[in-house]
Amino acid sequence: MDGEAKLRGVGDSLPRLDAGDKVGGRARYTDDLFRPGMLHAALMGSPYPFARIISCDTSEALALPGVKAVLTGADIPANRWGGFINDETALAIDIVRYVGEPIAAIAATDLATAREALDLIEFEFEELDPVLTIDAAMADGAPLIHENFAEYEKRPGQGDLAPNQVSRQSIIEGDVEAAWADCNVVVENTYEVQAQSHVYIEPCSALAEVDESGKVTVWSANQSIYKVQASLSKALGLPMSKVRAITPPVGGAFGGKSGVTVQPITVMLAQKTGRPVKLTLSRTDDMMMMRSRHAARVRVRTGAMADGTLVAHELDVIYDGGAYAEDSAAVLGFGLLMARGPYNIPHVKLTGSAVYTNKLRAGGFRGFGNPQVTFGTEQQIDEIAVRLKMDPIDLRLKNALQTGDLWVGGQTVTSCGFRECLEQVRDAADWPTRRQAPAANGKRRGISVAGVSHICGLLGTSAIVRVLEDGTITLNTGAVDIGQGSDTVLAQICASSLRLDIGRVNLVAPDSDASPYNWGTGGTRVTYMVGRAVESAAGAALEQIRQHASEIFECAPADVELRDGGHVGIVGVPEKELSFAEISGRAHYVTGGPIIGTHALVYDGQEFDPKRALMDHFPFARIGTYVFGAQVVEVEVDEVTGQVEVLNVWSAHDVGRAINPAAVEGQIQGGVVQGLGYALCEELTWEDGQPTNPTMMDYKVPGALDTPTNIHPIIVESEEETGPFGAKGVGEPGLVGVAPAVANAVAHATGVRLTRLPLTPESVLRAMTAE
Amino acid sequence: MKRTLLELNVNGELQQAPTRPTATLLDVLRDGLHLTGSKRGCDQGVCGACTVLVDGRPARACLMLAVDCQGRRVTTIEGLNESGEAAAVQQALAENGAIQCGYCTPGIVVALVDLARAGGGASENDVRRSISGNICRCSGYVKIVEAAVSLLGGKASDGR
Ligand code: FES
Ligand code: FES
Repeated sequence: MDGEAKLRGVGDSLPRLDAGDKVGGRARYTDDLFRPGMLHAALMGSPYPFARIISCDTSEALALPGVKAVLTGADIPANRWGGFINDETALAIDIVRYVGEPIAAIAATDLATAREALDLIEFEFEELDPVLTIDAAMADGAPLIHENFAEYEKRPGQGDLAPNQVSRQSIIEGDVEAAWADCNVVVENTYEVQAQSHVYIEPCSALAEVDESGKVTVWSANQSIYKVQASLSKALGLPMSKVRAITPPVGGAFGGKSGVTVQPITVMLAQKTGRPVKLTLSRTDDMMMMRSRHAARVRVRTGAMADGTLVAHELDVIYDGGAYAEDSAAVLGFGLLMARGPYNIPHVKLTGSAVYTNKLRAGGFRGFGNPQVTFGTEQQIDEIAVRLKMDPIDLRLKNALQTGDLWVGGQTVTSCGFRECLEQVRDAADWPTRRQAPAANGKRRGISVAGVSHICGLLGTSAIVRVLEDGTITLNTGAVDIGQGSDTVLAQICASSLRLDIGRVNLVAPDSDASPYNWGTGGTRVTYMVGRAVESAAGAALEQIRQHASEIFECAPADVELRDGGHVGIVGVPEKELSFAEISGRAHYVTGGPIIGTHALVYDGQEFDPKRALMDHFPFARIGTYVFGAQVVEVEVDEVTGQVEVLNVWSAHDVGRAINPAAVEGQIQGGVVQGLGYALCEELTWEDGQPTNPTMMDYKVPGALDTPTNIHPIIVESEEETGPFGAKGVGEPGLVGVAPAVANAVAHATGVRLTRLPLTPESVLRAMTAE
Repeated sequence: MKRTLLELNVNGELQQAPTRPTATLLDVLRDGLHLTGSKRGCDQGVCGACTVLVDGRPARACLMLAVDCQGRRVTTIEGLNESGEAAAVQQALAENGAIQCGYCTPGIVVALVDLARAGGGASENDVRRSISGNICRCSGYVKIVEAAVSLLGGKASDGR
């Protein structure tokens, strides 16, 4: 034995595999790549929220020296793609539906020339009446944003939709209408949440080239090579086997890169010019052209008995989907599934819809429909505690789900650390003392809580573990690490499954020509789902190793044991030992063939129970394993300015098992700060359909001085039986409860309940003075 | 637009690049010299991802015209990699789990190296001030600040 030091694997706070490259500026993101003969591209966005394109003259632009191609909607295939409704094209064809919608693309020898040429394109438009709000979209006789909606290809089961409606769904359990009579207190409110911009620091980017056979290769910032491949195949009318998607390091995504972004138009320019083309959006183009979190209006009515038992919860949400459907149907469905929260409430009626408007399309964003409804539900519960004069943590504990209870829809919760999360934030925050803490002069002080739930799971995934001739390992999953650290976590799972040090595991970068299928990075799923695939693929490789060893040792495979550091031996016979290298050498050169362990799965948890819940047009049969959290926020509110200062955040999360505790903490801290931005300052705004703040100057993302020092992550481990080493996910939940926890703390401090995000100083002051 | 041959002192070497008069330092570093460690997050001087040292002081490469940098010393993350301060900052960030997507990281390394070179103990507030112009959308700053404070020997928390 070569006596390795302690093996580094599951449970260790290891640095990211790519930390050295990233701190040294050596990590090559998409915009850092150059190909021989490469052209640079730029996009032109629509100046109008809703208009018909009458004519377009590109001759002057084409004549500019250095310009190699100009494309408009008239030049591209009218192939439409989308999440549930195929309504999008790479450039607007005939009609523009939001300000910033790409209408023309230019490839030139350098970026400055491409941008200069954009100014030379002449478009003529006929303006149409834009539909800018949820109410306008649903009004009788509202203009149709997609006049050919009926002809679009759709995923089956969308049901009958009203004009401008993208999706309509409901989940009903028990009998809400009858239940109100049993309630001693009923709280009713309407909550409004804003559009939030992802502001990943790496703007969307793609580099494409086409070979002689017509096969396309595209490097891009994305969350799934297979989603890119599938969407490009649709957009270009090419078989999937003719599209190769590769993902260099990604500079943040948060859901904003889960669909295709600029890949289709970049490929079309490469096809047109026969040269490699790179397209990286400017920050403003990215903010105007790509995606945002759904703005929404949430009407909620919640009832409880005098002892705090929650009885009934009725919630109706309308998500503003913007100009294209994208993932809105899934966002709505998932939002409804989260709308009851982690509480036992026997009577629920959860209904909702998503609508088109003439604004930037909304898409997935950390939380995926959950933060919107949770902003409502968690304030409702807080308000019930106020009315019943109960402690808000006690009220939640009284109604908290536990392992074995049913989620709305009827799925059994297999591991639930919610109570423990509540108890831990209560203890860490020294809750009884801080609830009473006096405020400084001119300030009001408050502290409150929100419960958090989410899922990890979803769809198909696979992994390949190869044992190389020298006994080192190559792991290939196709999963995209968007910065959250999944590459490291998956390597840790692989290493510990084989009892090797992580230094012996090599991870393959996602490449659709080489990697096995992976649905994508989203739904807090990579650790849990891909981790499962990795653990099982490593197990499959181990079976082969065991078989070889048993043949060499001439013993039963069951008598072969795995030993630390890449060795196997005979149980009870310490001196009988073989290295992975010896076994892999035999497999490569003598018998059996190279050792390759594989595993593939689709999320296989329990399905929803139609006998328990009426689920109308719900897009999933099963979705994931539930994760839980509790977040406590302490604030000080300035009586003169209305400024809310966050003093402390305690954020406890049931992650099943922390594979890499430092990475888990990083996810929680990052999620909390994004949640504070959502709660206090971030809002994409429009005036007459024109974006008014699409720059990082005008759209304020929290900086180091705007962020509280005291963000305390707390890890709760509930050991999920189905998870790899007991792990669940943590990517999204850190953001989900922050805004309602802030609003609840402000209510505790000031006595006024704010129902619209963000809680700007003006809105807080206005509410306080109206009080 | 006309290009002229610009001569820049980058990372201790004289480098030549054909440049438009309107090109920023960031344009020349990335597209001309393929020094891609400096990132373009906003191109408007807000995010700090393009931070480099010009004559030893942190500067936003996206805000400076390349022509104005002639005769000045430009140091990018690639050039800093050789220095001891950078190695210590980089190691502290890596080991404290302060890196996620990494797009902000080169700019933050440059800002922290500047702080380290200033000498003296840096408090949490000093660290936060030194990176106040570097937006990180992933980390929530906590681990970055912890890493820098542990390295630069400041007080644990100044209770801001
Ligand atoms: S790219 Fe220079 S500050 Fe953002
Ligand atoms: S690590 Fe992603 S922006 Fe800082």
